[in-house]
Amino acid sequence: MLRYTGRRLLEAVPLLLGIVTLTFLLLHLAPGDPTTAYFNPNIPPDVIEQMRRNLGLDQPLPVQYLDWLRSFFTGHFGYSFSQHRAVSAVIGDALPNTLFLSGVSLVLIFVVGCAVGIVQAVRQYSATDQLLTVSALAIYSVPGFWLGLMLILVVSAPPLSSWLHLPISGMVSINHDYLGPWARVVDRLRHLVLPVIALGLASAAGIARYMRGAMLEVIGQDYIRTARAKGLSERRVILGHALRNALLPVVSLLGLYLPLLFGGTVVIEWVFSWPGMGRLLYNAILARDYPVVMAATFLFGALVVLGNLVADLLYAAVDPRVRYEGR
Amino acid sequence: MSGRGGALLDLVLPGARAAAAGRGGGATVLGAWAFLWAVTLLRWDRISSTLRGGPADHWLALATLAGGLVACPALARRWSAGAWREAAGGETAGASGAVDWTAFARHRQASVGMVLLVTLVLVALLTPYLAPFDPNAQHAVVATRFLPPSALHPLGTDRFGRDVLSRVLYGARISLTIGFVAVAIAITVGTLVGSGAGLVGGAVDSASMRGVDLLLSFPRLVLLITLVALFEPSLGLVTLVLGLTGWMGTARIVRGQVLSIREEDYVQAARALGLNRWRILTRHVLPNALTPVIVAATLGVGNTILAEAALSFLGLGVQPPTASWGNMVASGRDVMLHAWWIAAFPGLAIVLTVMSFNLVGDGLRDALDPRHARAL
Repeated sequence: MLRYTGRRLLEAVPLLLGIVTLTFLLLHLAPGDPTTAYFNPNIPPDVIEQMRRNLGLDQPLPVQYLDWLRSFFTGHFGYSFSQHRAVSAVIGDALPNTLFLSGVSLVLIFVVGCAVGIVQAVRQYSATDQLLTVSALAIYSVPGFWLGLMLILVVSAPPLSSWLHLPISGMVSINHDYLGPWARVVDRLRHLVLPVIALGLASAAGIARYMRGAMLEVIGQDYIRTARAKGLSERRVILGHALRNALLPVVSLLGLYLPLLFGGTVVIEWVFSWPGMGRLLYNAILARDYPVVMAATFLFGALVVLGNLVADLLYAAVDPRVRYEGR
Repeated sequence: MSGRGGALLDLVLPGARAAAAGRGGGATVLGAWAFLWAVTLLRWDRISSTLRGGPADHWLALATLAGGLVACPALARRWSAGAWREAAGGETAGASGAVDWTAFARHRQASVGMVLLVTLVLVALLTPYLAPFDPNAQHAVVATRFLPPSALHPLGTDRFGRDVLSRVLYGARISLTIGFVAVAIAITVGTLVGSGAGLVGGAVDSASMRGVDLLLSFPRLVLLITLVALFEPSLGLVTLVLGLTGWMGTARIVRGQVLSIREEDYVQAARALGLNRWRILTRHVLPNALTPVIVAATLGVGNTILAEAALSFLGLGVQPPTASWGNMVASGRDVMLHAWWIAAFPGLAIVLTVMSFNLVGDGLRDALDPRHARAL
């Protein structure tokens, strides 16, 4: 297991290096640089030249590239052009927020998706099943950013606004620092409700469709009939015998949904003013903040690689037939 | 009814006989026929102005109208002829591996999706005749802006007094065009890479498939934003970038197909006949590998439209004043609480469009693979 993990991490190195190199080249090929992106156009050219020198942009490309690599290997990632502090500090502020949002979403996507799929499979062809199938098809096609806006609209309109008082943007309320410890947790969770729904609902619908199919396939097999013939309760048959095998193909979907989820955070963070990596990347690109863009792209890639690895290890944990030692 | 009377009926009310015979497609054709005639009669003023020399997109709409009015009776005639042949017992079985169209037609979701899809494409093509207003026309701005939905403006007006319905209709053209063209690019690149990897094999194969795995594991939207935001956003660039980030799935499918098909007897026979590799690939392997690619392409158009909408929403895709569903939602965001219709309706259009592509894609997949259909 350890050797397998090590090998997978080693294999990811060229991918991440490739992504970073590609981003670097694109950034420097594209028209415009930080001095044109956010400085006053009335600044005289010699001052601009001085600024470029200060930022290290007058160096030849290979030198800039090696400089960045060096700062990367020290875990420092260079200095942000627009925020005037170390990129590691900028990322350190944003990354936990994104992990918080996407982590909670991921868990809920799988829990809700699997639960709905199981209910549908157990009551195949019932009115519930058909209603859920049709809704899942529709929900699967809803763009997250629009769903987010419509959620904001619905909770801000009269009936719900006075009942729920749900916050529609940001991560914490203005008075967060003055709240007691328990009230802080509640405040954070309340800010999480809308972004998580907007980010995860479509994916949960996808998982539910898949889970229903997987469950039906398992329920049709002989060992389930045996379990029923033994006189086990339907509850134990479904949750004890069928669920574990039906989960196998669904767990393997994790690797497919991670990139989707992280891509989604970019738009959802924009909609809900969530101070995370997606919004950071978006603003950094517009400001041509090269070190931040490169660090953020690298981290998105690294997160997906790690997530895929966890998915594969999880797969081995759920399916005793899969063993990684021998490979 | 048969003979002369039947032929006349096919010409006047095409699809009526098929519909009466319980054929779902018949009602669709009849509906399209009625729709096309309604457009022709109600919008005769615009059609006649096109005939006196109009812009290119009006000619496209006119060609669609004329083509549709010819196609409906032609289709009905063919069905009637087919019915006679079927009665004579001349129906031939479809080749294996091909789409089972009977299964597809019986698939209720897929049929609904297909009807929606045909309607959408028709609407997009006929937009200049359908839209009540010019999508960029600003009438007395202060008096007509932020008007709620009414009989004159069924979906209301936006902050510049432009008609939201007209903009949603024109947005359909943009979204569908980008979707189709980007997927065409993706399919071409994916087929080239996939068939190359499958045919050459060895190190080339494993290297390119590793590459595909790696690219697939990267968040597409992050890649898109990085690529598009750095350059001047334009329709062509957005389409190209969407196409170049969407080919990996196709490459995987084509490679798998090529690997299994190249061992088939008929390919071995072609090789024994001394045909060259290119000819074997284009004439014998690719046509048989095509069907799963069509499924992937159908689902791909839906995903591409979603990605384009997200990009345009962030202000990185289609630029105003050109109407695209994504940038319309973005423009309605700030005024959502007092003019909800500006953001709501373009979003509904996205949902409807993406859903119809997903419905058709799922239906095609089930029609291809009966085993999967039963599981669903």
